Amino acid sequence: MKLLTRTSLYLSGALLLALTVWAVIFYVNMLDEVHDSIDDGLANSKLLVIREAEKDSLVLQQRTFDEGNYAIKRIGKTAALKHVDTYVDTLMYMEEEEDLEPVRMLTTTFWAKDGHYYQMKIISSMVEEDDLIEDLFYSLLWLYLIFTVSILLINAFLLRRIWKPFYTLLDRLRAFRLGSNERIEPEATSITEFRMLNEAVQEVLESNTKAFNSQKQLIENASHEWQTPLAIALNKLQLFADKHTLTEEQMEELYQVVRALERLTRLNKSLLLLSKIENRQFSEASAVNFNELCRELLEDFAALTEHKNIHVLFHENATLTRQFHHDLASILLTNLLKNAITHNVIGGELNVTIETNRIIVENTGQPEALDGEKIFSRFYKGDSGSRSTGLGLAIVRSICEAAGIQVAYEFNGKHRIEITFPAHM
Amino acid sequence: MKILVVEDEPELREIIHDALLKEDAVVEMAGDFDSALDKMLIYRYDCILLDINLPGGSGLELLEELKRQGETDGVLIISARDALDDRLTGLNLGADDYLTKPFHISELIARTKSIVRRKQFNGKATISIGNLVLHPEDREVIASGNPLPLNRKEYEILSYFVANKGRLVDKTALAEHVWGDHIDEADNFEFIYSQMKNLRKKLKDANAGIEIRAVYGIGYKLTEE
Repeated sequence: MKLLTRTSLYLSGALLLALTVWAVIFYVNMLDEVHDSIDDGLANSKLLVIREAEKDSLVLQQRTFDEGNYAIKRIGKTAALKHVDTYVDTLMYMEEEEDLEPVRMLTTTFWAKDGHYYQMKIISSMVEEDDLIEDLFYSLLWLYLIFTVSILLINAFLLRRIWKPFYTLLDRLRAFRLGSNERIEPEATSITEFRMLNEAVQEVLESNTKAFNSQKQLIENASHEWQTPLAIALNKLQLFADKHTLTEEQMEELYQVVRALERLTRLNKSLLLLSKIENRQFSEASAVNFNELCRELLEDFAALTEHKNIHVLFHENATLTRQFHHDLASILLTNLLKNAITHNVIGGELNVTIETNRIIVENTGQPEALDGEKIFSRFYKGDSGSRSTGLGLAIVRSICEAAGIQVAYEFNGKHRIEITFPAHM
Repeated sequence: MKILVVEDEPELREIIHDALLKEDAVVEMAGDFDSALDKMLIYRYDCILLDINLPGGSGLELLEELKRQGETDGVLIISARDALDDRLTGLNLGADDYLTKPFHISELIARTKSIVRRKQFNGKATISIGNLVLHPEDREVIASGNPLPLNRKEYEILSYFVANKGRLVDKTALAEHVWGDHIDEADNFEFIYSQMKNLRKKLKDANAGIEIRAVYGIGYKLTEE
């Protein structure tokens, strides 16, 4: 859930609760105030009617509410003296409304000049509670809606503005690659938390980059430093073999040492190549025609495929030309094809298909699927007896990753490796 | 063939020296920047084998100075740094070729000879061996007057052996020369075996007067019959 959604939800929830509680309190208070005010009015009316009755005894004849807002009847003395003024809410038929309407009624007693006791009921029309509640409800609903919409708008606007440094940092972090020498430059911000975050991120990244670079430097230097002693050892042995007349047995033993040194050399070179690819040190791109390259390589491999009696099918369904480092393209295809030939069987098949943005290499081989993840990892060897470095397909993957090419392995009776170029390259 | 070897590692210098002497070359050596600069400015060489990391300076600076003087000596850079930048810089500065350590002696000899030939005869030289005449510029081979059709890789292998006549060529060296450095499982010698089988058959059929002999299980050696 996005920050914006989450805060908006919380705010609108809290607002709903607050408004409801407020509405109840407001309603009760208001009603109380209304009663208060009407009761005062009724008390006042009572005095007025009594004063009127003193002047005009006809007033005392008003038995019903037909002509006014009061009704008077004569009562006994004892009842009159016992009586206390009461205010009640009651319903009364209103001709105008043609309905029972709520009224406030004061019941009181008084002594008139004629010496009798009278009971008087005075009414005043009241607010209709259901109408009041309804009105209140709609007003509140409108208020709530207006609040919510404003909160959403303000939130959207403010949050986007306030959190901009955060999102900027996030974007830059996403694009960041350890080992690439670019630095993350966070946006300047006056918000303390964000400034602290920026500083913390920068510190972590810098120390990581430093550690990474020194590791890389160490590995590269070590690899380079090995080259010279390896060269001396290898070349001395070869010159030795050339200079002296050795028996076959001696030669074989000598060359077992040579082979081991050669393997070490190759491992070293492959690892250096991998690290260079991963460091994006191959930047010089030119238009590479993969059809041509593939054709050339298949021709180069012809002696071997003929030797293993492998049936080669080359389908060119389209021309695939991309901006690519030429050596890398060559290493990529060579490794793919060599892999497909080396792990093939005598009398097997090799199908190479080129489409607008794909190259598919399919070959017969061991009749079971390989682990699609592992075959591209470093030092993976299908058969442990193999003297390969186990880096061939790792190099393929590295090249592809650096160029944004997808690599997929599939087994459908044949081993199939498919590399898909991004459309926009 | 007069060669200057600029290399600070004494052992490697000795090895290169020995290998070149076998090719009847006149070899001079320099172990640091200053002595190399002296020699390069005073004497002319057919080819200078130039290390990049030297005590006292960089081989690339030496190369720059040489080209500034307008000298046309061939230059083969030999460096432990396989860094692409160095390679490009070197070639842009006018080096003729670039070889990464560790290298096979046979590879060094083949490349040196190729540079010397280009410098001496402007590339137009032909190489005669047995009944064969090689035209390196056109990558053509004539056997007793008739063209001998070879594919690209077969030609490369043959010229590699011709440059290393009489020398034991390690299978790995051959594989790397023909297929490049960055191929995994280069020690899968089937590659070389099948190619060599075809080439040897063609040479035999054409009565080439040379033979590429397998030496135990180790490599091959070209000899004239």
